[in-house]
Amino acid sequence: MTATHGAPGPTRRERYEARARRRGSAIALGSTVAVLLALVVLIPLAPGWEAVKKSFFNAEIFARTFPGLLQAFLLDVAIFAWCAPIIAIWALVIALARDVRSPALYPLRLFAVIYTDIFRGIPVILIVYLIGFGIPGLGLQRPWNSPYIWGSLALILTYSAYVAEIYRSGIESVHASQRAAALSLGLSRADMMRFVVLPQAIRRVVPANMNMLIALQKDVALLSFIGPVEVLRQAGVYKSLLANFTPYVVAAIIFLCVTIPATRYADYLIAKQNRARS
Amino acid sequence: MRLMTLSAALTLAAGPALAAKDCAAGKTITDGTLTIATGNPAYYPWVMDDAPESGEGFEAAVAYAMAERMGFEAENVTWTRTSFDESIQPGAKNFDVNLQQFSITEDREKVVDFSSPYYSAAMAVLVRQPVVENGAEPTLESLKALKWGAVATTTAVPMLTGLVDPEDDPLLYNDNPDVIEAMKSNQIDAAIFDLPTALYLSAVVLEDGVVLGQFPADRTENPDRFGMLMEEGNPLRDCVNAALDEMAQDGTLAQIEAKWLSETTGVPVIE
Repeated sequence: MTATHGAPGPTRRERYEARARRRGSAIALGSTVAVLLALVVLIPLAPGWEAVKKSFFNAEIFARTFPGLLQAFLLDVAIFAWCAPIIAIWALVIALARDVRSPALYPLRLFAVIYTDIFRGIPVILIVYLIGFGIPGLGLQRPWNSPYIWGSLALILTYSAYVAEIYRSGIESVHASQRAAALSLGLSRADMMRFVVLPQAIRRVVPANMNMLIALQKDVALLSFIGPVEVLRQAGVYKSLLANFTPYVVAAIIFLCVTIPATRYADYLIAKQNRARS
Repeated sequence: MRLMTLSAALTLAAGPALAAKDCAAGKTITDGTLTIATGNPAYYPWVMDDAPESGEGFEAAVAYAMAERMGFEAENVTWTRTSFDESIQPGAKNFDVNLQQFSITEDREKVVDFSSPYYSAAMAVLVRQPVVENGAEPTLESLKALKWGAVATTTAVPMLTGLVDPEDDPLLYNDNPDVIEAMKSNQIDAAIFDLPTALYLSAVVLEDGVVLGQFPADRTENPDRFGMLMEEGNPLRDCVNAALDEMAQDGTLAQIEAKWLSETTGVPVIE
């Protein structure tokens, strides 16, 4: 702006804004320090603080359990790694099924509606229990009755329902005129979906899907209910042997080390998208 | 806290008239009442029908016998329920003593107090008939090759990894019914429980359940002894120990054990 005037140095307006910014930063810094101080000073004043510190923030137990918990966390990462791509594909199938317009294929559409209703409506942990214990109970032989397989399936079924709805919102956000234009150019319905609608739709919902990835990363821990000893279960074992909750704090920190960078990345993607739109 | 000081003051005022039986006076969370916690649910044969008030079942019977020696009539005993986590969380407890097959360990003792042991538990291996037919035997060699499961919050887990050291990683569960479910669906071959629980599960819950063998209670490494759990520094502990020690000496504990946990003989010992 100033460059157009060619004036040397900042304008009065810019000086004012810089001052306001500095003042804002100072106040933010001051209030943050005040809150932190209050926390650091006040919490230890609580009568039970010593006991809480011993039970939740025990350095010795932290050091003893950290390697084992990190090892167990690898299992979380592995389960996440094989679930995520399957969810991405299966959810797309559901979303496309929900978008079919041909009357003859109405049952497909009905299936997609019922599927998303059911799997979004039941808590994940219940699905994990029911599928993880129920299906192997039918008499499957090893290794096909593995809790890893059926637990993962439970996560995949549930998360696909959510992700399918996200895809659908992306698909519906592509204006109907684009479909009409594509069809009038002679594209088949399949090609229209593949070359016109989906490339835009999927790109638009990347930030929303990042959120689902982060949620999935945490919900992998629910598989511990049907047997696998991942980080949450391992922390529970340590907790019961040591009668101390520090291992849970360690597990939480391990999760944060993964989810915070992922959350920041999602925020970045959303901000980028907003800039692109405006 | 204020209530306790008040009741302590009252006790002092009552003066030397109090007999030794009143060791617990003023030391319970509710004056004149002993509040005992058990699991939710409490399992057979420790508590019958999940009703500790009946005094039926090993732990319920021990609790009432102990309360009586501490000067609490049966009507002055109230029961409450806690999970394992609630019983070890920091802060004031809502029970005087808590008994739900807590194994006494050094690490746990750093956070809570335990009474003298009231039972020494042998650990036992529970399997289903088909596993036995496939050649499973009560030897460490044979046990190593099985697929194992256990309840995650028990001392069975270190026993499993330390003593049996199976080839496959064990699967761990929240509670007994989940372990049984995993056995039924053939996800695990064998599970480890304390012997009375294993006998109950094989007799009642798991249709084709077999107790394959036991690790004797008096094993030198890591013996499993059940103690009553109390808040750390609970002044009641001396009274509880005095009552339990008396019960151990005059044979009361052995009597109660014989009544509720009698069938534990005849299970092969694992070498």
